[in-house]
Amino acid sequence: MKTLIVAEHDNESLKPATLNAVAAAQHFGGDVDILVVGSGCQGVADAAASVAGVTGVLSADNVVYEHQLAENVSLAIADLAAGYDCVMAAATANGKNFMPRVAALLDVAQISDITGIIDADTFERPIYAGNVMATVKSSDAKKVITVRTTAFDAVAAEGGTAVVQQVDGAHDAGVSRFVGEEVAVSDRPELTAASVVISGGRGMQNGDNFSMLEGIADKLNAAIGASRAAVDAGFVPNDYQVGQTGKIVAPDLYIAVGISGAIQHLAGMKDSKVIVAINKDEDAPIFQVADYGLVADLFSALPELEAAL
Amino acid sequence: MKVLVAVKRVVDYNVKVRAKSDGSDVELNNVKMAINPFCEIAVEEAVRLKEAGTASEVVVASIGDKSCQEQIRTALALGADRGVHVEAEGRPEPLEVAKLLKGVITAESPDLVILGKQSIDGDNNQTGQMLGALTGMGQGTFASEVNVGDGTVQVIREVDGGLQTVELTLPAIVTTDLRLNEPRYASLPNIMKAKKKPLETFSPSDLGVEVKSHVTLVSVKPPAERSAGIKVESVEQLVDKLKNEAKVI
Repeated sequence: MKTLIVAEHDNESLKPATLNAVAAAQHFGGDVDILVVGSGCQGVADAAASVAGVTGVLSADNVVYEHQLAENVSLAIADLAAGYDCVMAAATANGKNFMPRVAALLDVAQISDITGIIDADTFERPIYAGNVMATVKSSDAKKVITVRTTAFDAVAAEGGTAVVQQVDGAHDAGVSRFVGEEVAVSDRPELTAASVVISGGRGMQNGDNFSMLEGIADKLNAAIGASRAAVDAGFVPNDYQVGQTGKIVAPDLYIAVGISGAIQHLAGMKDSKVIVAINKDEDAPIFQVADYGLVADLFSALPELEAAL
Repeated sequence: MKVLVAVKRVVDYNVKVRAKSDGSDVELNNVKMAINPFCEIAVEEAVRLKEAGTASEVVVASIGDKSCQEQIRTALALGADRGVHVEAEGRPEPLEVAKLLKGVITAESPDLVILGKQSIDGDNNQTGQMLGALTGMGQGTFASEVNVGDGTVQVIREVDGGLQTVELTLPAIVTTDLRLNEPRYASLPNIMKAKKKPLETFSPSDLGVEVKSHVTLVSVKPPAERSAGIKVESVEQLVDKLKNEAKVI
């Protein structure tokens, strides 16, 4: 069993999600290579080569891959898949974007968002917003898989001594063009990688009140998240959203403030080690998954919490 | 411009789905079925394009057994012009659905294809992208805004870091995210009118597709439950618990 992991990166740094995907691939017990598709991404390839347990690194470094447009990178990945039994990527917005294209090019199914590997053909994955866990068996000779990162503990970023091999050629499908992006710049840890996350919901009432979470986040070195209701209401941008269709997080500590706990939100955070809920409605479903529940008005509880930390 | 929208019949959003006690499958007897919420957003977007004069015709397609004609009728009531039903038994997998939709595209030659980003049953998030690969079209997945231009479409996409804008050559594929629009409700007169709108049925072989299975469901089980913890009385007690009991701060 030989696995090719498609690296999650931004041409500058290798993202931690890659380390979770490597951990998943190691369940197969075979060789694990990392493919870096990007532009000016030599530093990422070097970082991939030092990931613990990695056999080799392929670097497809070309300007046509600069923004990792799915149309182009999927052609590159499908080409390289010939030498592998399995192609895997983290189930990030990127991985979700290009991997099904890879699967279709190879005429195989994709197994999305796996949370467990039972054997080389059999996988566990959540369905129905995490209300049900399914065990599925693939009959395809070549597997295309995306990995739910929170289900696999990351391998060490250091300790590997793989060699980087350059991949020649460039695939440009010529049907898509990057126009621009609005990327939030923040000094806080990334939502999916933070060890503490504090999220606000509709109970925050408006976007300005999210500043009440910031002081606490500063003290705990926490990332700030939100429920879908808060994002839909325009309190905060979409990249804050934790939940089934947003980001899946599993920090050591998750603090849900003014979040009622819809199943779609719970699906995105219920694997957190410790969950705290602050809500004035004592019947809110969030309390059913919270280790520590505080029935209180968040507008008095938050300043108190910030002062107590 | 012709727009093709794909819709899927799924368990209603409000139903809490459970595993059968023998673990063979999920319990789907007598549960309410509906149009997949992301597909509903796709229909709404197409209808708005028509109302804005950008689209001239909206065709809605669904793959599944006869019962999914109900969801096609729903989409027709929301403003789509005609329906295409590809009759397929069981639960066709995303790759097979993409192949069948490619067959519909060959017959219909739409300029824009809009799909939901994922269905709330399988949560696969694959069909639109697979259709892109099979047809060679560009894709704007997880769309929060769609702007059709001259021979192109600009799509603002929800990505992990924020928003990304891509421009695609038409024909192209768009998959919808939650914030693209807020779907309307069908009015009673429109529901009545929808009954008279044309709906054609095809078999997979009509479209030259042999439906295969790549993945089998072995078993299902409920997720590991978290048990409710304790209620604390005060912020002070909460901080104490987090420091001394849970030891996370």
